[in-house]
Amino acid sequence: MTKHEPPIIQIKNLWKEYGDNVVLERVNLSVQAGEFVSIVGASGCGKTSFLNLLLGIEEPSQGEILLDGQPLDPEPSVERGIVFQKYSVFPHLTAVENVMLGQEFTQSAVSSCLLGRLFGTARRAAKEEAMDILEKVGLAAAADKYPSELSGGMQQRLAIAQALIRKPRILLLDEPFGALDPGIRKDMHRLTRELWAEQKLTVFMITHDLSEGFELGSRLWVFDKTRHDLQAPERFGANVTFDIPLSTGQEHHEHLAKLQAAKPHTA
Amino acid sequence: MTRLINRQPSRYSRLMLGLLPFIVLFVIYLVTSDARLAENPSDKLLPSLGSFADAIVRMGFEPSKRTGEYLLWQDTFASLQRLGIAVGLSAMIGLVIGVFNGMIPYVRSPLSPLVTALSLIPPMAILPILFITFGLGELSKVVLIVIGITPVIIRDIQLRTDALPSEQLIKAQTLGGNSWQIILRVVLPQTMPRLIDAVRLTLGSAWLFLIAAEAIAATEGLGYRIFLVRRYLAMDVILPYVFWITTLAFAMDWSLKRISILAFPWYHSAQGARND
Repeated sequence: MTKHEPPIIQIKNLWKEYGDNVVLERVNLSVQAGEFVSIVGASGCGKTSFLNLLLGIEEPSQGEILLDGQPLDPEPSVERGIVFQKYSVFPHLTAVENVMLGQEFTQSAVSSCLLGRLFGTARRAAKEEAMDILEKVGLAAAADKYPSELSGGMQQRLAIAQALIRKPRILLLDEPFGALDPGIRKDMHRLTRELWAEQKLTVFMITHDLSEGFELGSRLWVFDKTRHDLQAPERFGANVTFDIPLSTGQEHHEHLAKLQAAKPHTA
Repeated sequence: MTRLINRQPSRYSRLMLGLLPFIVLFVIYLVTSDARLAENPSDKLLPSLGSFADAIVRMGFEPSKRTGEYLLWQDTFASLQRLGIAVGLSAMIGLVIGVFNGMIPYVRSPLSPLVTALSLIPPMAILPILFITFGLGELSKVVLIVIGITPVIIRDIQLRTDALPSEQLIKAQTLGGNSWQIILRVVLPQTMPRLIDAVRLTLGSAWLFLIAAEAIAATEGLGYRIFLVRRYLAMDVILPYVFWITTLAFAMDWSLKRISILAFPWYHSAQGARND
């Protein structure tokens, strides 16, 4: 990851406004392939809007986001995998079917164009590949279970496996572990870090948990407003106020302390 | 456990409590029927059990003197055929239009107001139009039921489709699905158990429209028979017919529920243990 390589994501003078309400302003950033960006910030400071822009379900008011130098698709596509906090998996499909769905959506086979399904050898190959990924996230034993039979942590593992099957260029995680118990969270952190290293993913993760952001990321962004108008708080948008490079395992407590001291008003 | 809201009847007493109202109604009937018959043995309003048995044997197990048919079974077959065709057709139309309405804004914009308007027309008010247009045969009866229940099914399916979490649809798009694939693999299967629910809820209206149409113009059918023998105050036929219709309706509802549980286990397990 030398700085000479072209960045995978370039964000140029990005603004997002809803009517008079400015959410994001003048965001200029670039991300190299293989970075793990943790995004933290107070509620309502534009984290989710930023993720929606990356995902392609909202469009910037000004500026643009480039993926590999090209403007992003204006609707969700296979380059960007996503794991939400919940509702990420399909309740009517078993775990392995959930993962296979991505392959069955490929446009190459006639049966998948017509029916969204694969048959015969193509199906067996897809199932094998899906089982490999399930194995990696530790769900091989639960392959034939429906999501409602899985625990919250297992459902999130499944959602990650499902998002990885189409080999996305970037993986977006929207508070993926927010609803999990602390113990399971730890397991999920380990899994995420392994998959990130192994699959050479570029990850953007939104989290409410500052220490989770420090622990997982190779880079931490703090979204916050730099300008305040007390009479009209909606007139100014948020920006990335801290952009902290992290190396995994680094002592981050001083950063954490500094951050918490720097923005007492968002607590 | 002193609070009423915390007290649960046991399995056995739940069964007994459920049967109790039926037994009470039955006893009340027997007592009043006896009282009336004691006063006037030819009273027709509340026949005795014996006359019911006679009527059931006459209608169901002896060929009719006039036509040689077993009337009860002939009526049942005619009515169920009409009902089956009409409900099947409504379910299919309802599913297709409902899903497309819910998923594709360019279909919803022209169709949704139309469906809403159609659903507000009282179907019985246009029954004469149906008889004029489609004649007095089977078609007009089927069309009446279809017109009566399809808008309800469409609106229900559309609401259910709208209620799918947007996260699921976004996820399906990031997996590379196009609109058709997403409708086919993500939306449609999740709508099927809801279609069964919708059909179960509209079966009552379907029966209502069926019997109304048969009462006005038919030569056979459960509704036709009830309205025919009404002229002779033949309560001994009417009440068993009503009981039979209720049984049929209950059997349909129950089988639909079983089919749903067997075919869509994920739907019922996600809803928790309550499967009623």
